[in-house]
Amino acid sequence: MRTKTMLGLTTALTLAVSAFAAGADTIKIAFIDPLSGPFAGTGTNGLHQYEFAAEELVNKKGGVLDGDMFEIVAFDNKISPKESLIQLQVAIDQGIRYIAQGNSSGVANALTEAINKHNRRNPDDRVLFLNYSAVDPALTNDKCNFWHFRFDANADIKMDALTDSIVSNDEIEKVYIIGQDYSFGKAVASAAVRYLGEKAPEIEIVGNELHPIGKVKDFTPYSRKIVASGADAVITGNWGADMVGLGKSVLENGFTGPIYTYYAAADGITAAFGDAGVGSLRLVAEGQLNPPPNDRASEYIQAFKAKYPDGNLSQARITNVIEMLAKAINEAGTADDVVPVAYALAGMEHESLWGGNLMMRESDHQLIQNVHIMEHTSDVVHDHDNSGFGVKVVKTVEMAAADSPTTCEMRRP
Amino acid sequence: MDLILVNLIDGLVTGLLLFMLSAGLTLIFSMMGVLNFAHASFYMLGAYFAFQISLYLGFWMGLLIAPLVVGVLGAGVERYGLRRVHQYGHVPELIFTFGLALLIEELVQFIWGKNQMPYATPEILQFTAFSIAGNSIPAYKIFMIFISIAIFIGLLYVLTRTRVGMIIQAALTYPKTVEALGHNVPLIFMGVFGVGTALAGVAGVIAGPVLGTFPGMAFVLGSIVFVTIVIGGLGSLWGALVASLLIGWITTFSKAYNLRMEDLLTWLGFTKPEPIWDSAWRDLWSITSPQIADILPYILMVLILIFRPYGLFGKRDA
Repeated sequence: MRTKTMLGLTTALTLAVSAFAAGADTIKIAFIDPLSGPFAGTGTNGLHQYEFAAEELVNKKGGVLDGDMFEIVAFDNKISPKESLIQLQVAIDQGIRYIAQGNSSGVANALTEAINKHNRRNPDDRVLFLNYSAVDPALTNDKCNFWHFRFDANADIKMDALTDSIVSNDEIEKVYIIGQDYSFGKAVASAAVRYLGEKAPEIEIVGNELHPIGKVKDFTPYSRKIVASGADAVITGNWGADMVGLGKSVLENGFTGPIYTYYAAADGITAAFGDAGVGSLRLVAEGQLNPPPNDRASEYIQAFKAKYPDGNLSQARITNVIEMLAKAINEAGTADDVVPVAYALAGMEHESLWGGNLMMRESDHQLIQNVHIMEHTSDVVHDHDNSGFGVKVVKTVEMAAADSPTTCEMRRP
Repeated sequence: MDLILVNLIDGLVTGLLLFMLSAGLTLIFSMMGVLNFAHASFYMLGAYFAFQISLYLGFWMGLLIAPLVVGVLGAGVERYGLRRVHQYGHVPELIFTFGLALLIEELVQFIWGKNQMPYATPEILQFTAFSIAGNSIPAYKIFMIFISIAIFIGLLYVLTRTRVGMIIQAALTYPKTVEALGHNVPLIFMGVFGVGTALAGVAGVIAGPVLGTFPGMAFVLGSIVFVTIVIGGLGSLWGALVASLLIGWITTFSKAYNLRMEDLLTWLGFTKPEPIWDSAWRDLWSITSPQIADILPYILMVLILIFRPYGLFGKRDA
């Protein structure tokens, strides 16, 4: 009796194990971003978009290779570079080969350095870094490496498109630049000064200043200065509460011109502006939601909203990350060795879910894509924050900065 | 010249808002001798409650109901929290209010989330009251000024002209004597705490639409309120008013004008070291007034503490 039970058990176990081995594997992608603290909202929303993209675009279509499924594993880095390195080690120890991160270029700089070092020392379990949001230009220039891929347009590319739009507007003769006092705010300001100087030296920069990040109670004195300077347009890299505070105050105090921003959409910002932002707020970004680029994108947005009614498809590029990674793994024929996957990704061309082509530039692993100037309006099909307002594309720069120079000197394995 | 007038008005709005917060706090401080770290959290609660109410009943009902709710909540905190902790001394009280501040912030994030709420000014006040040289003054700002001044006059009247006010003032200085005369001092304390937090609630209701209703709103205002009451003098309503206005104008003007440290130092007779980027004094020479606007009140506080420790209008020696 007993031996029979043992035999039965063993058989069952063997069967289970072999079934597991023969069946679908999972390919894990580590999502290292803030899931607690002040930026938890952004991080969590990004995680949902990743999970949804993996499920909808890969797993429901039968996965990659011979039925391997994507799985997103979340790691909370509290937006600290130090914490991120610990989480990176945990992810590597769990055998994860793909690392996705986006919030804060500070974190991305730490991760890309650590991953480069790790891959050099451990040729047997190398990992890839899928940077979907950190836009510091250095990541694909001086600090570039073979393992890092950036899917968002970097700060310089965005500023290039943004200044194009300013230059083409004859009504703008004076520009005011204002931003948060830290590396990104400074990068935006210097890029704005550089591009405006090159493209239209006749445009006067009537103000260029930084304010403390996250500490300004009332933006009124700043808006008074902006109005008094006679500026026709404002450029700002502000995000979060600083974006809402600055924007609302500037509009309330009588500014009527366009406000060019990087991040004035979703995460409560669209709802907070509401009617006040119409006609003024502009946004430079990739990923077209309105007017809907195609039926497939509309269906995708509706399905996402059905699953996460309070969520926003605020980072369209996440679908590009998932689709291009799946394609690269299929091309390479393996998910375990990331070197062929990286070679497949580099130079890959792909048609985005959001319309337009994507090209992962081989020289620096910067994704070249359409960059849009969007405006805040109620004339949208897919809104943000369930507010009835959203962003609509008004101008597109096709394959922005495709031939821009890079200082990247990549060493390939 | 026109801009000076505009900045005077802006500074007045900032100052009066600060006053509504510090008025309650300065009474509570002088009464219990304890810093209520959670005071700015009640301000935040006021804004969130008013936002929630405004979704159903409109802005004006929010302005009416939210401060009452906050006041009752504050009174409850005093009655069932602080009063029990009081017997163990000041340090536990301090820790209690500090914990309360953290708790309220987490609670707000739990209920309303981390995003900014779309709390807007009422439509009836969404117009430009008047313009000075192209700088528009929104009607809502004028409304804020009137509400604050009305509250100040009301408070001043109650505290100095009514029987209740006399008893409160007496209880602030000689609680034991007042109790011996047959007055219920714990009830007075609870009432003052309730009114103080309700005032913070009013400030939250009217500031929420312009300064933003988000979980960090208590944090950005928290420390400056303490600075105000220290500068003004503990327990002095006039002190709170003068200090608030002073801070409002100082920060507004230093942000609105790009005064450069370089000019000041040159005027004082120093010579600029050349080349500047190699000098150890580089940071000092390149400071502009908007950069240091937010720490000016703290510098003022330090000066006040050195030269007049009991504050501008304080009566007792600290």
